[in-house]
Amino acid sequence: MSLTLENISRVVGAETHIHPTDLTLEPGTMNVLLGPTSSGKTSLMRLMAGLDQPTTGRILWKGDDVTGQRVQDRKVAMVYQQFINYPSMSVYDNIASPLRLMGLKKDEIDTRVRGTADLMQLSPMLDRRPLELSGGQQQRCALARALVKNAGLVLLDEPLANLDYKLREELRAEIPNIFERSGSIFVYATTEPEEALLLGGHCATLWQGRVTQFGPTPTVYRRPADATTARVFSDPPMNFLKVEKSGDRISFGTDQTLPSGTIACGVADGTYLAGFRPNHLSLTPGADTLSFDTELTVTEITGSETFVHLDHHGERWVGLVHGVETLEPGQVLTVHLDPAHVYLFDADGALVQAAPYAEAA
Amino acid sequence: MTDATAQAPGASSLPEDLTAERNASRVGRRFGPSGSAVVMVLYLLFLMLPIYWLLNMSLKTNNEILGAFSLWPRNATLQNYVTILTDPSWYMGYVNSLIYVLMNTAISLTVALPAAYAFSRYNFMGDKHLFFWLLTNRMAPPAVFALPFFQLYSSVGLFDTHIAVALAHALFNVPLAVWILEGFMRGVPKEIDETAYIDGYSFGRFFVKIFMPLISSGIGVAAFFCFMFSWVELLLSRTLTSVDAKPIAATMTRTGGAGGIDWGVLAAAGVLTIIPGALVVFFVRNYIAKGFALGRV
Repeated sequence: MSLTLENISRVVGAETHIHPTDLTLEPGTMNVLLGPTSSGKTSLMRLMAGLDQPTTGRILWKGDDVTGQRVQDRKVAMVYQQFINYPSMSVYDNIASPLRLMGLKKDEIDTRVRGTADLMQLSPMLDRRPLELSGGQQQRCALARALVKNAGLVLLDEPLANLDYKLREELRAEIPNIFERSGSIFVYATTEPEEALLLGGHCATLWQGRVTQFGPTPTVYRRPADATTARVFSDPPMNFLKVEKSGDRISFGTDQTLPSGTIACGVADGTYLAGFRPNHLSLTPGADTLSFDTELTVTEITGSETFVHLDHHGERWVGLVHGVETLEPGQVLTVHLDPAHVYLFDADGALVQAAPYAEAA
Repeated sequence: MTDATAQAPGASSLPEDLTAERNASRVGRRFGPSGSAVVMVLYLLFLMLPIYWLLNMSLKTNNEILGAFSLWPRNATLQNYVTILTDPSWYMGYVNSLIYVLMNTAISLTVALPAAYAFSRYNFMGDKHLFFWLLTNRMAPPAVFALPFFQLYSSVGLFDTHIAVALAHALFNVPLAVWILEGFMRGVPKEIDETAYIDGYSFGRFFVKIFMPLISSGIGVAAFFCFMFSWVELLLSRTLTSVDAKPIAATMTRTGGAGGIDWGVLAAAGVLTIIPGALVVFFVRNYIAKGFALGRV
């Protein structure tokens, strides 16, 4: 029950939507496709579903080549970001429709529809039309239709993006439960790193039509293979700074140096890109922290946290600090960084040294 | 006591004033000669005058029509209607018209549904041009096509058949129906199609069971436009028929007999001709505006 993409690519006109990609999704796993808008998440999913034909490569399902197979013959289910149901049918008929097409017996259809409706908390609305339901219920209906057929591959394309915050949290908590019961391969596309971490499982980060890294989600987060992955898997994006390593010192900016042993032991001399996440910038100095004088451009206060947008000699940084900070835009702000949170990437963006804290975890 | 009297005006003056005002305006709207009411009455008067006059004439005898001017029938009679509904040369006109109109509507929709689906869902070379130039047949008056149709149908033996008129009208109605249906279909997200395929629907089943119910109002409007064009079109239908498929409109233009024109019967025929159109309009009244915008609202 595994899905394998072999050298899959898709080119439309002059545009490459998906660069050649190899990917194997193991049976019964949750796989998150993480990437910004138009990074190729939906394109990749459509290839997996068979809605689009790949320009090159093969798709294997349980070892069989299904590349040219009709969508109808594949055992897949898909849920879109928009709430897609059949408006002219009742919720019951919506959920029952894939089973009816499979030619199942009436009482078996009934049991399965009611079982799935219970799971999705749709039982009281079975007689209503989808458009009479709230957004969250409509999406539950779509999810129920996708789950009821026990497809081996369930594709969820940003299923929660159009829901409001409360409903999203509620459904997001349910999805892992549903997934565990089904035993299918789940593929879940999202733009939010936080969502990927909450869902766990495996994660493929996408950037401009390329899968930059695929692996267990926490590993991808802690040890991003390159700067692009780190940028994608960080919200707000990771901050970067050019550093110079020579001998046993590593210099940050103009006058700050550290013994290279702390974060860059065994790394060749040269110029590197240091990356650190916004939440690791702090306004209070600690022991052995680096400090940078930056100009504050914007502050955003989100309840209990404050985003500070900074300008550090032309580089734009974002810091996430706890508590509500009242700061004036334009003022000079000194931010502090524990070197244990610094990743090192080489000139091509490949990871040279993961942050010591991540290695320890 | 003092408290109550002191409070009462203060507490209730505002609502009282408001209700009084509202009542006044309501009365004014009901009985006063407001501007909009006058305009509305005049509008309806002008709009309904010809139809009323037709109905008026259809209930009179020829003598009364040609004799004195009267605003309503003095000796109301249904004899004109009886003539039409009992004389085959009259009522067969309706039957013929309805046959080719319904045939035309069915043909136009059957052809236009898949065409409109293709235009709304697929990109192919020249699709935009093809879509626009579909309308060329509507850019010329039907008279232009009367001669080629007449010659063509005569030579292949289609002359004076219902299908001949239905096909001739399809030339005008198919493009229009494609335009209207395409507009309605564009409003249905493509993801519904894909979801249906993923669920296992074949194209045909999806189209009939899921897609057509979604655009049922569009189908209704397209059918209405086909029906109306075919029902009111006179020139082609008269040119392409002689006896067996002669439409009602043609029958009406050939009523001059030895005794002069039979005004009353003609008026009754006119009233009966309005009815099918009015019925169809009634059923699609909520969607007509969208239909006139070719489904693009």
